[in-house]
Amino acid sequence: MMKLKDVADIIRSKNAGPYIFTFDIIFSDPDIYKKIKNKNIINKKLIEKIYHVSNEEILDIIYFDIALAIKINLKRKICSGSFGDRDIYGAQQHSPLLKINIDEKYEEVE
Amino acid sequence: MEEIRIISPTAILGYGFPVSSFEAGLKLKPHVIAVDAGSTDAGPYYLGAGVSFTARDAVKRDLRYILKAAYSFKIPVVMGSAGGAGAKPHLEWLLGIIDEVINEEQIKFKKAVIYSDVSKELLLNKLQEGKVSTTTVEPVLTEKDIIESERLVAQIGTESFIEALESGADLIIAGRSLDIAEFAAYPIWKGFPKGLSLHLGKILECGAIASVPGSGKDCLFGILRKDHFLVFPTNENRKCNKISIAAHSLYEKSSPSKIWVTDGYIDLSNTKFEEVDDRTVKTSGSRFISIPSSRLKIEGARFIGFRFISIAGTRDPYFIASLPKVENKVKEQIHNNFSQIEEGKDYFVRFINYGIDGVMNEKLKHIAGEVGIVMEVVAKDKKLAQTIMAFTRSTLLHIGYEGRKSTAGNLAILFSPSDFDGGKVYEFSVHHLIEVESEREVYKIL
Repeated sequence: MMKLKDVADIIRSKNAGPYIFTFDIIFSDPDIYKKIKNKNIINKKLIEKIYHVSNEEILDIIYFDIALAIKINLKRKICSGSFGDRDIYGAQQHSPLLKINIDEKYEEVE
Repeated sequence: MEEIRIISPTAILGYGFPVSSFEAGLKLKPHVIAVDAGSTDAGPYYLGAGVSFTARDAVKRDLRYILKAAYSFKIPVVMGSAGGAGAKPHLEWLLGIIDEVINEEQIKFKKAVIYSDVSKELLLNKLQEGKVSTTTVEPVLTEKDIIESERLVAQIGTESFIEALESGADLIIAGRSLDIAEFAAYPIWKGFPKGLSLHLGKILECGAIASVPGSGKDCLFGILRKDHFLVFPTNENRKCNKISIAAHSLYEKSSPSKIWVTDGYIDLSNTKFEEVDDRTVKTSGSRFISIPSSRLKIEGARFIGFRFISIAGTRDPYFIASLPKVENKVKEQIHNNFSQIEEGKDYFVRFINYGIDGVMNEKLKHIAGEVGIVMEVVAKDKKLAQTIMAFTRSTLLHIGYEGRKSTAGNLAILFSPSDFDGGKVYEFSVHHLIEVESEREVYKIL
């Protein structure tokens, strides 16, 4: 069993302004990127599940071919630095993505 | 001019850079040194309190190298988001350090200082005229948000920098500004294509973060020509590759194919990244698409209270298992002891449990054997915050819970004194766009 961390070169999170967490998953191998894209492995349902968020909180999931990259934008539950925030820069929200399981046929599995 | 060469010494003024990298960059004869001095990343406190998140002596160290080089090579320096948050007190703080360096080194510049503070009146008028917009994520802006703001700044674009360059200034220091604009202004002024100039600015603004291994404390060099630009790090131990440059095009932005500036966006849908050698990336195809009227991002922060924190650890499995219940019991005891005041109104208490849910509010299957607890109290009044903090800490230390065997104390308290004054607490009150005919409505060059 592979995980997303085994096939992606960069998996990261950061604020895009104080109200949004933006996640980048970037590949160096175009074949792997294409397979992940064609199977639509990174999809709203999966993000809802691994981040415990509702459909409305997922602002975008964008496959960006020229950079072999997938961008995900989530609405922050708490604005950066407001009382209750846990990650001012939003730089440590990526770990659930590392653990996404992928099988040999590049299908996401539970 | 055939090409424009730009050096970006560091990600943020005060983050530092190796002298050898900077000197290697100077050998390539840059036309301009551009450096970003700020960000909202560090949170609302710095804008609200009017202080920098960088250290004075570190900023002075970087400035000394940059200003001396600019003076001896006779090249302009462009810097923006002075003092971090870029409001008047931040800008004046940076100007004070610059004057010190200039005096100590006996050097001279024609300075242009660009203020980008926004008055509450201006923003209230924009709100009334219906010229304030929000994306789906920000709450709708109210008059109350504006009035309660400690101060307001606008992220200005290239217009102000170009006006300053046009006036003959060779040291431009701006308040809050778009990092991209600080780098793109010079080549746009010299007639280079706006899309490529801005895209190069986006890559350069964080120094060597766009290289491998990435670093916010090292230099990046850009060469802009009419139909492409080249980027590489000046430190030979780093390189740029397609991934590092493409990745930085996406960095901290919510849209990968459109990078917004004040008067339009960079369209990346036809952008091409190529590796021309083992450490240089060529980028072409980025275009600028303009919009009819400019939009400026306004940032504001409001004061919400005073913070105290206390840090402790535990390795007791029974205590760890009881934590959520114990926290509620502590809050109950605070309530019973100070019955005239109300949690959620007069004060706020929070427990952040590293090892359980410190970073993310994620439901973990496996809880760590050791948990770090940060106790936080925020209250309108400083003395009250300190009182509730002391009471919270002592209550958590000795509170009983189910299965308790360790009756002498629940916490490994980290320090003596155990409670820390976290200072004033702010939150972002404004993060909205205003429509302007021209950026001149907002900025002032002195």
